[in-house]
Amino acid sequence: MDTDETAILFGEDVGFGGVFRCSQDLQDQFGPHRVFNTPLSENGIAGFAVGYAATGGTAIAEIQFADYIFPAMDQIVNEMAKFRYRSGNQWNCGGVTIRAPCGAVGHGGHYHSQSPEAYLAHTPGIVVVMPSGPKDAKGLLLSSIRSPDPVVFLEPKALYRSSVEPVPDEDYELPLGVANVLHQGSDITLIGWGGQLRLLEKARLLAQKEGIHCELIDLRTILPWDVDTVTESVIKTGKCIVSHEAPLTCGFGAELVSTIQNECFYSLEAPVMRVCGMDTPFPLVHEKYYIPNELKILDAIRDVMEKAK
Amino acid sequence: MMRPSCILPFVTRRKIPSSLSVIPSINNAVARASSNRAHSSMPLPSFDDEKESRIRSETSQASANQQLLQKKMPAFQRPSCIEPKKEQAKKQPSTIPTHVTYTGDMTLPITSKLKLTLPNDETPSGSWPLFRLMDEDGHLRIQDNVIPNIVNLYDTKSALHAHRLMIRLTQMDDIFLNAQRQGRISFYMSCRGEEAIHIGAAAALSLKDVILAQYREAGVLMYRGFTLDQFADQCFSNKNDLGRGRQMPVHYGSRALNFHTISSPLGTQLPQAVGVGYRLKMENERQEQESKKGCAVAFFGDGSASTGDFHTACNFAATLEVPSIFFCRNNGFAISTSVEEQYRGDGIVSRAPGYGMAAIRVDGNDLFAVNAVMKVARRYAIEHSKPVMVEAMTYRQSHHSTSDDSTRYRDVKEINRWASDGDPVNRFNNFLDNAKWQGGMDGENVELYIKRVRDEERFAVLRAMEQAEKKQDPDLSTMFEDVYHEKPHHLKRQEKELLEHVKRNKEYYAAGSH
Repeated sequence: MDTDETAILFGEDVGFGGVFRCSQDLQDQFGPHRVFNTPLSENGIAGFAVGYAATGGTAIAEIQFADYIFPAMDQIVNEMAKFRYRSGNQWNCGGVTIRAPCGAVGHGGHYHSQSPEAYLAHTPGIVVVMPSGPKDAKGLLLSSIRSPDPVVFLEPKALYRSSVEPVPDEDYELPLGVANVLHQGSDITLIGWGGQLRLLEKARLLAQKEGIHCELIDLRTILPWDVDTVTESVIKTGKCIVSHEAPLTCGFGAELVSTIQNECFYSLEAPVMRVCGMDTPFPLVHEKYYIPNELKILDAIRDVMEKAK
Repeated sequence: MMRPSCILPFVTRRKIPSSLSVIPSINNAVARASSNRAHSSMPLPSFDDEKESRIRSETSQASANQQLLQKKMPAFQRPSCIEPKKEQAKKQPSTIPTHVTYTGDMTLPITSKLKLTLPNDETPSGSWPLFRLMDEDGHLRIQDNVIPNIVNLYDTKSALHAHRLMIRLTQMDDIFLNAQRQGRISFYMSCRGEEAIHIGAAAALSLKDVILAQYREAGVLMYRGFTLDQFADQCFSNKNDLGRGRQMPVHYGSRALNFHTISSPLGTQLPQAVGVGYRLKMENERQEQESKKGCAVAFFGDGSASTGDFHTACNFAATLEVPSIFFCRNNGFAISTSVEEQYRGDGIVSRAPGYGMAAIRVDGNDLFAVNAVMKVARRYAIEHSKPVMVEAMTYRQSHHSTSDDSTRYRDVKEINRWASDGDPVNRFNNFLDNAKWQGGMDGENVELYIKRVRDEERFAVLRAMEQAEKKQDPDLSTMFEDVYHEKPHHLKRQEKELLEHVKRNKEYYAAGSH
């Protein structure tokens, strides 16, 4: 907001600070013409962002929950993603960044827990990013806002409160389209994104106690995703598990597994596995059972190691 | 069966009793003001319907005004058949229409009072009236108005230019449509019957204004300066197409002319127009000069006005207060769905007060009226940074597209009626016939002049088409560009694989994309 005077931040309830306090004090600091509430309509928020960005501005739009991004899908898929291409590069809306809190939070149920990255990943022309913690969030968000392409930035809401780490004060950017290897390991590659990294890390530590050394990768950018880092790792370890909160069928894990088996087939020592949410709407009272937690991941790790023998 | 599209029905003129003077009269205050031509400080013109009929019989005023008129605008010549009478014993029965009936049995009262209904104004009881300046026979309606100040098309050069562009549009529509029937292009959409909307609206705007159109607004782009070559290149998807051959014909776009590229989903441009308006509002606030300020203009049809995006956009625009004009071409149909199956309210304009938005309804087949309304709307939008809704009533003479045969769902007689009496180009031809601007028409009589213009434009379209057809397709390598600002790894890889595949199968792909 400081470095770009055309940057505006808008969405439902953004003015008073936002339902997750993401825009706290920003209206006081930058004024109501730059930080403001819109009427309640996600297709309006997204369309407004496209128009503003097409006219040379930086539009930071907030969708209150990723569960409500669906009314905006026409604007995202049919307009935002195709804006540059269909115009022969005369027009673009690279100035758009749509932020939306996603993922399980313990009590969200069907409509406050979804992770819609799979729907978005199937859309050539947009960039989809999901940070796994505060430090990554800042660097990835700044890159996303400054990216010359329209970005959908999904923020795992469980991490707003629970995730604590030191974050540098200065302005820094993390590259988009590049995965982050959090831990090196020789036995098996674990891949995830967003909130799932915490559970994968727990599983990694449990596996380590059993003498299994896991390589842990945070994908960071869902689209376009870092094929090279992933395949390099799987070729090294020969084994792989992909884990995400979103339902199993046609989840983004399927894309990874498909590419991995294609690129790393002759290096694989066991089938590539997925540990994901169930194919049900996200349940409330049974959330604990639904979530692909560290126990399920550990089961899968043991299973893969067994098959590889 | 389509009506013959190549022949423009010629000028039909209804005789008006010569005792009835049809002269725009200008009162002194206006005459004084007009010499300043201070547009931005000019109060909005107002017309009074009751006064109208009185003025018809006020002759001394009329003749004084006539002299004034001739002084101010020497190019405009009084039609010699119409003379003001000194006295009028009886009031002659007026053949000046009071209502227009549109498809879907929608009968609307005509007004010559140009007034935006502002958000807190009283809304019309009954149907919203239709603003009109020029009747079907080309005669101008009387008013004590400020036409010279708000209608710059009144001067010969501009009017003839507008006329030529309307004809160019009809010729382009005819020829490209036939090209599709011959299999030379894959698809086309005509704008027949809506020419006055395109040219009249575009002529009121500046290049600073951003246009977000639907798909039946080619004339707007044409007026701005898109050449016939550029139209043809896009329709033929050749290597010169600004859109790089990526979209179906008529999906034009031009950054240079501030015209967003057309997309097929309906109504999506409307919320975008709010965002554009918001940005322009910020930029306008920094501009000292009025001429550097701009507004957003979104065009859409009666069908698109049913979408959620329309509703959202109107609400956003009014609430966020942006200089965006929402221009509805109510042409009676959304493919086969007539307005009777589209809505129950009084058209689209009547929705505006619900959003807290200013609005006006205009006769879309009257070039002068559309132009006047757009000027007023634009001035309001920029001055107040608030949106305006304009509903231009018209009739879609053409089929929806080349994939449609509208005789399957509507009466051919209705189409023909609108193509003759109701046609906007015919109306303007009638006006020219009345105006007798021999000077501007190189001394020719109107019939010959119109025929000459038609032939010239037809030839130009044919030539552009022939050139476009000869040009090559865009290079295959362009297919993977512009998906993102920079080509990502996975696209580089897919491109490589595709090019290798094409190389291995040269014969199959040698015929090109058609």
